[in-house]
Amino acid sequence: MILQGKTGNWEIICGLEIHCQIISKSKIFSSASTEFGVDANQNVSFVDAGMPGQLPVLNEECVRQAVKTGLGLRAEINKYSEFSRKNYFYADLPQGYQITQFVHPIVGEGVVTVDLDDGTTKDIRIERMHIEQDAGKSIHDMSPSKSFIDLNRAGVGLMEIVTKPDFSAPEEAGAFLKKLRSILRYLGTCDGNMNEGSMRCDVNVSVRPEGSHELRTRCEMKNVNSVKFVMQAIESEAKRHIEVYESGGTVEQETRQFDPVSGQTKVMRKKEFAHDYRYFPEPDLPPLVLNDEYIEKIRCDLPELPDAKKERFIKTMGLTKYDAAIICENREVAEFFEKAAAGHDGKKVANWLMGDFFAMLNRKNLSVENSPVSAENLGLLVELIESNVISGKVGKEVFEIMSETGENPQKIVEEKGLKQVSDLGAIEAIIDKVIAANPDNLNAYRNGKTALKGWFVGQVLKESRGKANPQLVNKILDEKLA
Amino acid sequence: MDITKLTLSETLQALKTKQFSAVELTSAYLQKMDDNRDLNAYVLETPETALAQAKQADIRYAQGTPRALEGIPLGIKDIFCTKGIRTTSCSKIISNFIPQYESTVTAKLFNDGAVCLGKLNMDEFAMGGSNETSFFGPVVNPWQKERRLVAGGSSGGSAAAVAANLCAAATGTDTGGSIRQPAAFCGITGIKPTYGRCSRYGIMAFASSLDQAGPIAKSVEDCAILLKSMSGYDDKDSTSVNKEVPDFRTSLGQSIKGLKVGIPQEYRPQGLNEEIAAQWDKGIEILRNAGAEIVNISLPHTKYALATYYIIAPAEASSNLARYDGLRYGIRVDGTHLDDMYINSRTEGFGREVKRRIMIGTYVLSAGYYDAYYRKAQKVRRLIRDDFIKAFEKCDVILTPTAPTPAFAIGDKEVLKNPINMWLNDVFTVSVNLAGLPAMSLPVGLSHDGLPLGLQLIAPAFDEQTIFKTAAVLEKEAKFERLK
Amino acid sequence: MAIDTQTVKRIAFLARLKIDDDKIEAAKDEFNKIIDWVEQLNEVDTENVRPLTAVNETKLFCRKDEVKEGNQSDKILYNAPAAEYDYFVVPKVVE
Repeated sequence: MILQGKTGNWEIICGLEIHCQIISKSKIFSSASTEFGVDANQNVSFVDAGMPGQLPVLNEECVRQAVKTGLGLRAEINKYSEFSRKNYFYADLPQGYQITQFVHPIVGEGVVTVDLDDGTTKDIRIERMHIEQDAGKSIHDMSPSKSFIDLNRAGVGLMEIVTKPDFSAPEEAGAFLKKLRSILRYLGTCDGNMNEGSMRCDVNVSVRPEGSHELRTRCEMKNVNSVKFVMQAIESEAKRHIEVYESGGTVEQETRQFDPVSGQTKVMRKKEFAHDYRYFPEPDLPPLVLNDEYIEKIRCDLPELPDAKKERFIKTMGLTKYDAAIICENREVAEFFEKAAAGHDGKKVANWLMGDFFAMLNRKNLSVENSPVSAENLGLLVELIESNVISGKVGKEVFEIMSETGENPQKIVEEKGLKQVSDLGAIEAIIDKVIAANPDNLNAYRNGKTALKGWFVGQVLKESRGKANPQLVNKILDEKLA
Repeated sequence: MDITKLTLSETLQALKTKQFSAVELTSAYLQKMDDNRDLNAYVLETPETALAQAKQADIRYAQGTPRALEGIPLGIKDIFCTKGIRTTSCSKIISNFIPQYESTVTAKLFNDGAVCLGKLNMDEFAMGGSNETSFFGPVVNPWQKERRLVAGGSSGGSAAAVAANLCAAATGTDTGGSIRQPAAFCGITGIKPTYGRCSRYGIMAFASSLDQAGPIAKSVEDCAILLKSMSGYDDKDSTSVNKEVPDFRTSLGQSIKGLKVGIPQEYRPQGLNEEIAAQWDKGIEILRNAGAEIVNISLPHTKYALATYYIIAPAEASSNLARYDGLRYGIRVDGTHLDDMYINSRTEGFGREVKRRIMIGTYVLSAGYYDAYYRKAQKVRRLIRDDFIKAFEKCDVILTPTAPTPAFAIGDKEVLKNPINMWLNDVFTVSVNLAGLPAMSLPVGLSHDGLPLGLQLIAPAFDEQTIFKTAAVLEKEAKFERLK
Repeated sequence: MAIDTQTVKRIAFLARLKIDDDKIEAAKDEFNKIIDWVEQLNEVDTENVRPLTAVNETKLFCRKDEVKEGNQSDKILYNAPAAEYDYFVVPKVVE
């Protein structure tokens, strides 16, 4: 995206750092539960509380999840990685340091392909991903003079994904976060809920005159907690930089905070107060060494990821790029679709899914997993329409009943007698009845007012309560009216 | 007969043959502790726990089901977390801390039937070589106690208590010599096993890559019995090593004929205390006479070990001690803001030497200095370790003095003038920690004024057996007399 | 290189320690003495030497993903200097 300033055009350079909570039963270095929403300091082990003499022991599931994620990011898995301590004092950091990975992360360079609104795609490069422990929570609004500390979250495993500064527009960052979330959910390694804090985003922004290759000072915005806010933060921060430069100022390297209310960023910490984290190798944990066999086993067990699924749906099921992208964003939807489309016309099933089906879920505020209409039944419904057992119009009626009762559409059609009439004799009888009742219109038609044919079709369908096969009605009408 | 004067192995024998009961034994030790409070060896006595455990031990003996250390009264260095028993590392900052968990090493000892007499004095967070940095004051060396000499450090309470028979044996920890140097100063025996042999779980960390627990005891055999009980892989400590623990006692009494004993020339610098050099020569003679082959070896980076150690240990300590912030445990000195509270609590809670090391450690890790100091020290650490690996191609065990001097006076002005003077005490011991090797100090003789002097035996990693085999010969022939 | 009092103060703050103004000079001198002393390591040629972090080249042990500890806020808060409603309590945190 090019931003127009007073002095000329500017381009945005933006990179993201995303903290993703790892899905695991217990914490990354202790055997306390990672469960959410329990009473204060209940899910806390002596390790998490930083008690004297306590030592971290790595959770194998967190390693597996990280490798899985790395493979999902089409990234290099580092067979040798090391843990380091990042030292700083804070109320919710019990050990006085965070165990993280610094020089040798578990995952190296990778790439994520994002789908942009104009139908194009862009590759965003991943710089690295490492695993570390989360901090606890400080609660500041319970008292004017005191802060309250809860360590339930302390020690939950995190994956920190760092991108290259590949974003040149807020929309790209938005599309990336959606894609990343989709990948993580497909993999089952992080639930990706930004508003609940299980996925948190730091945004780095700088600008430069269009076409130049210079690197200007960047600012970091910490913990922006929705896709929308990330996009707003990038735009408002980029504009701020442009204003500063165009009024002859310099941008200072600092940590900022995005305020969703004003839509602006404000300074949090100046560079001179920047932390000195004093990283050094964690002496309590030997290096983490993985072998090819381990990595290949995880690779073999990987689920089909959104991009591959999308390609397959386009190629083998006749979906458009757009439909495939929407259906594949969510793993459950994609799986529902695939089940529904089995043996039926994929394109038609997709239309139903993205039309009436999504509208119904929205209306009922349900997710695809607890839809009253099963995938099999949706497929059957499409089949009933396609094979002319019922008309499209009746199909909509049947779908309404299905979404109330969850019943099989065949059963509904049988019981309610909604089957389309394709019996020539029966249709002829209705047509004869309609013609006989409207001699004037028949005459008018025969005298050249052929537009009346549509009226006759309508009357016949009406008379058949929508069940008459429209193609047959047309064909027979042509004969009778002639 | 004063039953507290028996060694641990003699005591076990006596308990088995019912010459006295565990309760009688524990009571005798409790009395001894009472009589020797002036040594300041214990910072907490736990007579009720001890007597309850002793009663249990007597039941076990009566039932004929005694465990390996049934009824043996031990003193526990105050750096081992003991569940429900105050544990302070002799620091003001956690002077009121009561752990809700038990260290693996003490759990193993108590599971083997040992009795806990109390918690032993030490240098604050094990930082010191004279036990003078303890929040609870210095320990007095039981040898010529009227001279008020230091017991050594950091396990000064452990060494003094063992030497004065205030416990059958004690636990210690050794980061740069903290078991071996006080053992030498107090005329008793202590071994720092290979790094990874004992679990560090529940031991308040000083320098994680160097810390090891070990026994301090009245004899080589006692050390063998205790080390067996203390050792073993622990899935709560990722640096503990999954190796079978041998019965170290089987090494005692084995012949050392043909054993190659390395004598590193670098441990005989110009100006080495003559009496210490003479004891060393005596040790060499004993081993030669027992059939060992004496080989000269070289450990060329020895002179850099101290500086390396005093970068790595403070660096790790500065991070390990960050958790003592007055927030979740320990003493808190309030402030208006969180940072004030941290600063006030830590400034008041830590003693001088600890603060000094935290400052050094913080500095050597800080931005712009990491490579010049910490990384450099790690590289030299490798050279030091490689020296040993090369040396052990030529010999099976290395013999050196333990400390450059005998015990000195509490408050010695010359020593206290410059912190580095105190650190020079560790000159013969720190290399072993940097290389992660096992090493034992055992007493071999006395100085002209009657103070004990110790020698150190160093073996390759996980070859404590060779140390025990050699030490048993030295002990037998040196005929050192423990304090009576 | 000589360390100035500003550096000593900065390091003290990083470590959350306070050095009184009247002691800062002495602290600086001692600090310099120690740092000068450890700089003897510069004599050692460490070109092509890999740093040694862990003496035992052990493989990192990973535990199974099982919940074994929890529901023990009483033990976690047992030694707390200040606790309310099962939270640790501290003076207000200001950024």
